[in-house]
Amino acid sequence: MSDVKLRDYQGAKWDEPIIMTLGSPGERGIIPPEADPVVVESVGTVDQLMPERIRRKTPPALPEMSQYHVLQHFLRLSQETMGMDLGMDIGEGTCTMKYSPKMHEELVRSDDYASLHPLQGEDTLQGILEIVYKFEQFLKEISGMHRFTFQPGGGSHATYTNACVMRKYHQSRGELNQRDEMITTMFSHPCDAATPATAGFKVITLMPDANGYPDLDALKAVVSERTAGIMFTNPEDTGIYNPRVAEYVKVVHDAGGLCFYDQANANGVMGYARAFDAGFDGCHFNLHKTFSSPHGCEGPAGGAYGVREFLAPFLPVPLVNFDGTKYTMDYDRPQSIGKVRSFMGNLECVLRAYAWVMSMGAEGLKTVAETAVLNNNYLDKLLMAIKGVDRPYAEGKRRMEQVRYTMEPLKEATGFGSEDIKRRMVDFGIQGYWLSHHPWVVPEPFTPEPCETYSKADCDYWAAAVAQSVKEAWESPSVIEEAPHRQPATKIKDHSVTEDPARWATTWRGYQKKYGKK
Amino acid sequence: MNQSRKVHPYIPNMVPEIRQAMMEAVGITEIEELYSEIPDHLRFKGDMNLPDPLPSEYLLRRHVEGILAKNETTKDNLSFLGAGCWPHHVPSVVDEIVNRAEFLTAYCGDTYSDLGKYQARFEFYSLMAELLNVDAVSEPIYDWGAAAGLSLRMAARITGRNEVLIPRMICPERLGVMKNLCQPEEMKTAVHIKTYEYDPETGLADLKDLESKLSDKVAAVYVETPNYAGVMEIKGDQIAALAAKHGAIAVAGVDPISLGVMASPADDGFKIICGDLQPLGVHMLCGGGQSGFIAFQDEEDYVAECPLAMYTILETQKEGEFAYAEVLAERTSYGTRDKGKDWVGTASGLWTIAAAVYLSLMGPQGMAEIGETILQNAAYARKQLETIEGVKTLFGPSFKEFLVNLDGTGKTVAQANTALKKKGIFGGKDLSNEYPELGQCALFCVTETHLREDIDKLINALKEVVA
Repeated sequence: MSDVKLRDYQGAKWDEPIIMTLGSPGERGIIPPEADPVVVESVGTVDQLMPERIRRKTPPALPEMSQYHVLQHFLRLSQETMGMDLGMDIGEGTCTMKYSPKMHEELVRSDDYASLHPLQGEDTLQGILEIVYKFEQFLKEISGMHRFTFQPGGGSHATYTNACVMRKYHQSRGELNQRDEMITTMFSHPCDAATPATAGFKVITLMPDANGYPDLDALKAVVSERTAGIMFTNPEDTGIYNPRVAEYVKVVHDAGGLCFYDQANANGVMGYARAFDAGFDGCHFNLHKTFSSPHGCEGPAGGAYGVREFLAPFLPVPLVNFDGTKYTMDYDRPQSIGKVRSFMGNLECVLRAYAWVMSMGAEGLKTVAETAVLNNNYLDKLLMAIKGVDRPYAEGKRRMEQVRYTMEPLKEATGFGSEDIKRRMVDFGIQGYWLSHHPWVVPEPFTPEPCETYSKADCDYWAAAVAQSVKEAWESPSVIEEAPHRQPATKIKDHSVTEDPARWATTWRGYQKKYGKK
Repeated sequence: MNQSRKVHPYIPNMVPEIRQAMMEAVGITEIEELYSEIPDHLRFKGDMNLPDPLPSEYLLRRHVEGILAKNETTKDNLSFLGAGCWPHHVPSVVDEIVNRAEFLTAYCGDTYSDLGKYQARFEFYSLMAELLNVDAVSEPIYDWGAAAGLSLRMAARITGRNEVLIPRMICPERLGVMKNLCQPEEMKTAVHIKTYEYDPETGLADLKDLESKLSDKVAAVYVETPNYAGVMEIKGDQIAALAAKHGAIAVAGVDPISLGVMASPADDGFKIICGDLQPLGVHMLCGGGQSGFIAFQDEEDYVAECPLAMYTILETQKEGEFAYAEVLAERTSYGTRDKGKDWVGTASGLWTIAAAVYLSLMGPQGMAEIGETILQNAAYARKQLETIEGVKTLFGPSFKEFLVNLDGTGKTVAQANTALKKKGIFGGKDLSNEYPELGQCALFCVTETHLREDIDKLINALKEVVA
């Protein structure tokens, strides 16, 4: 790491005005097709076709701009965005920011996918249904589960789908009135607590024990005839694999509950451990993380949700079946929870994931997992050598694909914590890192995940950027205090605006009203 | 396979020398040592039965293209399908922008690394606010159904009531999502859904039925315009007033592409407006282009009960420079887990940028023009269909979609659609099972993408089919 030369990076800064202030009256960005004169002759104009009362009287105050200037504006904004392709997202732990192959985008954009309507007859959708069916078979192999749905539009949506399936299962047994408690763990993603709460369950959260594992004794104490199930991940966000996970599953099963494995953190265990073998009844994968579909500024995403045979009747409709010659959409599933999302979900994510697994094969997936874990352990060596950085819990235990570190020692010594260092990291041409979900059980947290995409040199660079920022915290505090220096936006003046209805403005017109500006 | 071909292009650290150096640095001699924490009984001992890999990009592409070529598309056929996923022209500039690597691969970086992403989002909120005539717009959710369901849950929390009224005439894809979000009845926190009827003559909300079901227990009255059958609701003002009279929140679902010609429901007193962004610059993607938006007045109790992320513009240390930060972050599940409002997570962010570019290109004039063209083309199709013996179109003035009844032809929709398909036409969605009282009905969608020749082709084909 010592020979790393940090880049003399400078983020693009365009000082680009808000689009609502651009353009001139009369400029046009695009001309929509006019109706044919014969059509107009036959049916008339808007005045004849729409009752007067509901007609728009004041045109919306959208900008009026030439096509070139719209393009230019948004290109400039794109340049002021540190996408994964440019910025190296090693810091975004729990999110598995991996390379999204460009060839997949061409497949998604092709007419053979992009122009499909989801309600076309099955006969006309045989290609995409084949992709869906075959990819389901892949995930069955990877997880051991029996059926998958790709309807959820994100990872949290998949955990929500699980909450609905568990709800329906207990309802089908006449026990829903009684089984109204869902258990999760503090180091599982917030959605494992929030989505069952939305589905109507009372949520019980297990705190970590001294080693960072969810407290097994606490679990034994809370399970009862009211337990609907447990929803948690392994390894948790700490990167610590829980070797006793099957015992947790047994405790919940013995109480009559169901067990869901949030596999957002699957990238390090593919081919090594499966949800099924640990006894889980359901699991999910993020196709936009583990399976390479790009994150797209937070979606569209793909939550693949899979279950054992006995829960399959409850999955959303339709499922895709294959009779040896034809792929069909099965809506005739009377116990189904119905829909969690219209149509079949974001199938572009399934298409990309299918291509990615086809590129890897079974051995390749294991290599992905091994490399992700190797990279993480390598980065760990570098980070733990930095004064001010520490790693709580389970000393001596290997971490899997990510680690939750703490900068508490740095904070105590210098007054600068993980949010300050994050603000500086972006000056080196890399994405700012992910801290932790709330609440911060680990103080001053940060959570890198150097998945298989990244080279040894990338890991070296990333650690060097942390080391440099930490060094500055000790030696040149004003550099950290005023950061960022090489990005288009400087430090926010007063963050309390976000809590103040009189001063926040979520739209330009809101801003104009509150600040009296034109 | 020679050694160099074994290094996968997506995994740089497969190079043996580098791997070895990293293993030495980590202090292991076998990769297996990294997995020492996974005990034997949890190890997967078998082999994943997956096809042989195609690491060659070219071979992989040929393979996947070969499968996708089995699809028949709306480019090869003339399609009149809508029902929640609609054919509209996507301007090339929209594709250029949303396919930019910076936007396509960005994730949750904050304003210090992703300023452009936040500005584009803020512009999306701002443009939608003008279109909808409201002051607050949130990040989007998965689709219209999720947006509607979350809007109703918002209304329930704001009012402290747990009953909502929704139309019986509603897309089942949407209703299914809303039901999961609100029910089942056994749950103590359930938001009870009651439906009100549509007027069998006009297809509009049956106000008498609606009023009879309104009470001081009702949190929200949900109305769509145009509704599932494509009918433009003309009594929105009366419905919003009825809701207000009972202390309920009027919630509207809209097709945003109609709002250049149609007044926003906000003008009628609707407090929350939701819908789908797909018409605004997103390809159909076999249903993968949906994105549900939620908008409302900038009132503190509305913002406080919105489950989705919202961002404010704010000043930086440099005069005249803006940055963006999340409003009331504690209210979301990222802030307070199960104590937050419903949940938030990765949903459909890229389509906010598509919609922002789309609305910027269109401007007020473009939105008015496209609305008029859609009205005209759809009205022309209705009028021409009515000339076919036995064919009727149902209900009052419609936007983009309308119901076609074939009862007078003696044919079922399924039979007609099968015959149309042979002529290269995808007919409208068959609603005969969804609304049996309407007989053999199909929901046809006609937009700016249909030329007069396309409509005439449908008419001539249908004439032959039902003859």
